[in-house]
Amino acid sequence: MARFYGTDLPTALMLGTSLYPSPAVMAEAFRRSGASVATVSIRREAASGTAGEDFWSLIRQLGVRVLPNTAGCHSAREAITTAQMARELFETDWIKLEVIGHTDTLQPDPFALVEAAKVLVADGFKVFPYTTEDLIVAEKLLDAGCEVLMPWGAPIGSGLGLTNIHGLKTLRAQFPEVPMVIDAGLGLPSHAAMAMEMGFDAVLLNTAVAKAGDPAAMAEAFAKALQAGKLARAADPMEPRNMASPSTPLIGKAFLS
Amino acid sequence: MNIILNGKPAEIAGGTLAATVTELGYGEKRIATAVNGRFVPIREREALQLGEGDRVEILTPRHGG
Repeated sequence: MARFYGTDLPTALMLGTSLYPSPAVMAEAFRRSGASVATVSIRREAASGTAGEDFWSLIRQLGVRVLPNTAGCHSAREAITTAQMARELFETDWIKLEVIGHTDTLQPDPFALVEAAKVLVADGFKVFPYTTEDLIVAEKLLDAGCEVLMPWGAPIGSGLGLTNIHGLKTLRAQFPEVPMVIDAGLGLPSHAAMAMEMGFDAVLLNTAVAKAGDPAAMAEAFAKALQAGKLARAADPMEPRNMASPSTPLIGKAFLS
Repeated sequence: MNIILNGKPAEIAGGTLAATVTELGYGEKRIATAVNGRFVPIREREALQLGEGDRVEILTPRHGG
């Protein structure tokens, strides 16, 4: 069971709430995924609008924990203000801290990320920083008081999977006690299974489910992949080897040529 | 008095942020507020007097990844 800031989550899936064809499809995807956490955001709305209230009502019906994000923020100041507003709005001190540094890749700005994390931790937030696999940034985030890391698998929405397996393995090995969530870039359940096989504690995804032809079925596929990957990790996988090794015994084989 | 509300010019009677939120029709809604880039908690809206040209953000829950 994955534990984040003292909270045990029953499953290893954190699921986004964007890009679904309809609210009903989103709700069904959540039901079949067994996701423990829903990521959410805050946005402008006209006084006459109902989207905010409708969304909040839907989220409450899902019965999952809410993780607000600071998506779209490009500076520490902007992310801090957004986090503070989200805390009041969603009544949670959990925050998925995103500070975007590059428009095309949506790569996090590590300097602003660490700066914002320091301020938010001091303000009582439980920060889930969206970061890269960079070891030094990870160290700085932990020094800032983050107790969870969320390295990307690949750029947000790309569906490429784990593009730097070596870097992610190194990060996992360097900080074995830190809960880690692979956040962003996953496209297939096999990517999620691999993340769990590598020892990560959870995955956070959105587009891979929401933009599938059948989001609910894909959500269930991810749930099963996560279970398989977690079980495989616990089962202590064999070490790969370069040369063949016969699995059928040679002793007792008939001489037939 | 003129302010910038959620990025657009708006004319309000003036007064506190709490009064403005009600005047604009957000009184019963689940919202969070910021003025000039700074978060303003619910408990501080009553004490905050808005000024000419202030940038007011009123945000609501929304989907996110």
